[in-house]
Amino acid sequence: MAQIHAEVALGALSDAGLESRDVDAYFCAGDAPGFGPLSMAEYLGLRCRYMDSTEMGGSSYVAHVGHAAAAIAARKCQVALITLAGRPRTGGPPPGTSSAADLAPEGPFELRFGMTIPAAYAMAAARHMHEFGTTSEQLAEVKVAASLHAQHNPHAFLRQAVTVQEVIDSPLVADPLHRLDCCVITDGGGALVVVSPEVARSLPRRKAKVLGHGEAPKHGGDGRLDLTYTGAVWSGPAAFGEAGVTPADIDYASIYDSFTITVLETLEDLGFCAKGEGGRFVSDGSLVAPDGRLPFNTDGGGLCNNHPSNRGGMTKVIEAVRQLRGEAHPAVQLPDCRLALVHGTGGSLATRMGSATLILGQEDA
Amino acid sequence: MKTLPVPPATVTPDNAPFFAALQDGRLDLPRCDDCDAVVWYPRHHCPACGGSSLTWFTASGRGAVYSFTVVRRGQGEWEAAAPYVLAYVELDEGPRVLTNILTEDPSQVRIGARVEAVVERGEGAPPVLRFRLGV
Repeated sequence: MAQIHAEVALGALSDAGLESRDVDAYFCAGDAPGFGPLSMAEYLGLRCRYMDSTEMGGSSYVAHVGHAAAAIAARKCQVALITLAGRPRTGGPPPGTSSAADLAPEGPFELRFGMTIPAAYAMAAARHMHEFGTTSEQLAEVKVAASLHAQHNPHAFLRQAVTVQEVIDSPLVADPLHRLDCCVITDGGGALVVVSPEVARSLPRRKAKVLGHGEAPKHGGDGRLDLTYTGAVWSGPAAFGEAGVTPADIDYASIYDSFTITVLETLEDLGFCAKGEGGRFVSDGSLVAPDGRLPFNTDGGGLCNNHPSNRGGMTKVIEAVRQLRGEAHPAVQLPDCRLALVHGTGGSLATRMGSATLILGQEDA
Repeated sequence: MKTLPVPPATVTPDNAPFFAALQDGRLDLPRCDDCDAVVWYPRHHCPACGGSSLTWFTASGRGAVYSFTVVRRGQGEWEAAAPYVLAYVELDEGPRVLTNILTEDPSQVRIGARVEAVVERGEGAPPVLRFRLGV
């Protein structure tokens, strides 16, 4: 596991034109083995003056980019390295199981009913359908768009384009979610490098600029859980506000897609459409690159490409950077992607979750 | 009807009154003396107002399905129990609690359906609060 962290770290540094001795800040989350950043700094041979191990599940790495930008702005560091790695497909416990959960105060009230990760998202989908008339066909449109993108990605775990009917016909995992409403389980990793403006100017590689960041937990509060909205209702406006842009300005979006319903609720909560209108929004090819209204997840996303360590935030940032650099696959590259949004969803949708939103621009933005 | 597992749960000072009442066949909940919020999950302070004076009372044990799913693929000891109904039930007192709906026929469960509490007991574990469709 640590080895994958090292491989992606060296790959990202090399891509940026940097070496590990240039790194002065390190960020990781719950997937890092041992004592988190302490074990990893030793293993990677880093001499850091800043560390952050904020753990909010799959959205952690999206939040880390915001934290790194803030630390750099505060002159705490100049070159921040963020890594993720995991092998859920070939080793390790199933998604959503952890011994720490048993000791959490909510444990005795949540761990005794046969909860699974798909079941948690299924209950959000069922309630969304009940309140807004969302259909399984509309949810399937999200998977169809992702699969149209994945067919161009030779590294995608699932490369075959699928139809709405094929999604509906796949076996129910937890009603109303079918197997093809669920993301893949894959091994892998990813790394990002966030640097100060001074360092950025010295590097030959085309950069993406962090323009805005927002994050928020959402939880059951005093017990009046609402499954129809996510923490994006707070993280989104914070990120848009910091960047000084609106949803209408966004060219491309990397939207966390652990399940099709994750995308639907997130699109609504970020303001790409009104609450309850997500089903209609995704139904006319809006998400399909390069010509849709809001092309998303052009690598195939978690639904088709990969979901390393059961945490999709890292790869969401990476594909957005590809779009801003003009380095996505030609079949799905936007002609002039100037503004990209990245949104991460950690934990369990609308239940106990961490939302993180980034607005990224081209380097001259 | 297939029986569902009764997994272990850690009894803590925060939740001990809940499980003690359940052992006696009652659904007891804490209510905040300051803001009247019925607190879920049980604890010794009020997350709504920050108050630390709460009084336990016996709830009706009735509610309605807020959302549910039929789990087709359970994990671990739940694999053999599938398909089973996992749900959030909105208690008449307000909180939405995670639970199971006990039913021979999962297709009978609807959002909004009235339900009533069932206390299920297992070996070496505190009782568990589940529900069945009400009449």
